Amino acid sequence: MSDYQLNPHYASDDVKQEANRVGFGRGLLAAGKANESIVALCADLTDSTQISVFRDEFPDRFVEVGIAEQNLVTVASGMARAGKIPFTASYAAFSPGRNWEQIRTTICLNDQPVKIVGAHAGISVGPDGATHQMLEDIAIMRVLPNMIVVAPGDSIEAEKATRAIAVNGKPSYIRLAREKTPIFSTENSPFEIGKAYILRQGTDVSLLGTGTMTYQLLLIARMLEEEGISAEVVHVPTIKPLDEHTILESVRKTGRVVTAEEAQVAGGFGSAIAELLSEKMPTPVKRMGMYDRFGESGSPSELAVHFKMTASTMIDDVRAFIEKVPQYKPGY
Amino acid sequence: MSGTLTIHQLQHKANVVREDIIKMLLAAGSGHAAGPLGMAEIVTTLYLDIMNIRPSQPNWKERDFFFLSNGHTIPVQYAAMAEAGYFPKEELLTLRQLGSRLQGHPERTKLPGLENTSGPLGSGLSQACGVAYTLQHIDRELQRHVYVITGDGELNEGNIWEAAMFAGKYKLSQLCLFIDRNNIQIDGNTEDVMPLESLAAKWQSFGWHVQEIDGHNVESIQDAASMARAITEKPSVIIAHTIPGKGVPYMEYDYKWHGGAPNSEQAKEALRKIRTLDGKITGEHE
Repeated sequence: MSDYQLNPHYASDDVKQEANRVGFGRGLLAAGKANESIVALCADLTDSTQISVFRDEFPDRFVEVGIAEQNLVTVASGMARAGKIPFTASYAAFSPGRNWEQIRTTICLNDQPVKIVGAHAGISVGPDGATHQMLEDIAIMRVLPNMIVVAPGDSIEAEKATRAIAVNGKPSYIRLAREKTPIFSTENSPFEIGKAYILRQGTDVSLLGTGTMTYQLLLIARMLEEEGISAEVVHVPTIKPLDEHTILESVRKTGRVVTAEEAQVAGGFGSAIAELLSEKMPTPVKRMGMYDRFGESGSPSELAVHFKMTASTMIDDVRAFIEKVPQYKPGY
Repeated sequence: MSGTLTIHQLQHKANVVREDIIKMLLAAGSGHAAGPLGMAEIVTTLYLDIMNIRPSQPNWKERDFFFLSNGHTIPVQYAAMAEAGYFPKEELLTLRQLGSRLQGHPERTKLPGLENTSGPLGSGLSQACGVAYTLQHIDRELQRHVYVITGDGELNEGNIWEAAMFAGKYKLSQLCLFIDRNNIQIDGNTEDVMPLESLAAKWQSFGWHVQEIDGHNVESIQDAASMARAITEKPSVIIAHTIPGKGVPYMEYDYKWHGGAPNSEQAKEALRKIRTLDGKITGEHE
């Protein structure tokens, strides 16, 4: 295995689980202690976004804007003009959902280092239902020039990603989930914005995951191994900019790609991979995720099964893809 | 800066800015006429008298801030900035051209001296609030002021009222908003499209100190800004009543000149009117 330093217990039933927003909360606190220019703003969702952790330590550097997401990011843009490094937090459905234009104009075009935290992304939001299950955020953020897009795989990585974003000097988006998810990385695992990581080496197919879906790919790879299929698992926490080198190296080797995201496949992570490969290394791609429909109310675990976002509900489609589509290796 | 120009001289400078606006729009072949012409006294007085700025040091650490929220009126700000010495006046004629620092709607990164990027309406007040909040509540730089201009049609945008509530809650007393109350927007007069009155009552209820002035009277502009600086427990709004297209009789009061540049015949007539103050000064060169 590579030097990623996977959690050796990642596949056990009692693997440690933590919501990656908790890691964000820790990371923002650490970033705030390291740099007094860091400020935080929230639109009436401090506890569920975990920005409350920063607020409790640095109340003078926290700004409550109320349920006003347009104001959330534009006030943040102004604070950046005054020399601060603002983190803004709300649910992804509202930010960037509601305030995408203000992000485009006052943060991206205006080039201010505001960090957008999109909490409660994906269907794992659960009973609140489709209105709150933001699935389009990856697509609408990666298409903005001058925006970095990160989807951490677990809570430990979310902490590192937050700290990295705090010092990158650029507009950035970090997507977080509501629910506890298994921790597959360790404190010693690397994280760098713009880098993808080989978690498991293989030769028959490249399984590319982003955010918390990478974990399901790890489980799928184990299941495939028992069937004699050697799957390579690549974790791609930075969706923009993509680590083209690592991704292409894997695809050159396997000639067959599956992507997974808790988001619309249209315009999302899988689309970014398909775009890259079409231009640089045409290869068959199976994008797994949400297929042009909204979520709905249910428990997170029920929804994950219902929308085929668990290893056991995804494996059939992955296996069918591998059986139907030969490896395409023209010697790139 | 403050006190070096008389009221009469500032009024004259405002008319020079008007001429520059017409010349810019003619050279560009597109842009917005009515708003910029109406705002000439306000923006000129801010840049040449009211604001504590150093044009040769656009990022001077002690400067006052100016945010233009109704970014389509940028020709008036470019003209005032050139008059103040931020860049040579010849550059004004590059407005909207490929490669120009003077973009059709202002982009902060393109031109030193701009504090924000605007065009889509409703965000400038919030950005001004972000600066004012930082100065007052975090960095405690209480001597610096944040001036922002919005249009009145722009007040249709919800983002504006989010900012109004925010400024009221946080008592952003270093914030001074000028509303260019010219009563026009693209589809017609504001009170026909989406009525705003009673505008003063609205701002008062949001916790702002409200003044209403003749937006073409330099002394009134100075006095209102001075009062705003003296109000220390609330943000200030100055509802500045202006005539859209002021200075060019065939444009005045007409919402159809909100967007649109004069052709060369119209521009020639406009310049003549501005220079002669609509025929009051005779014997002027064309």
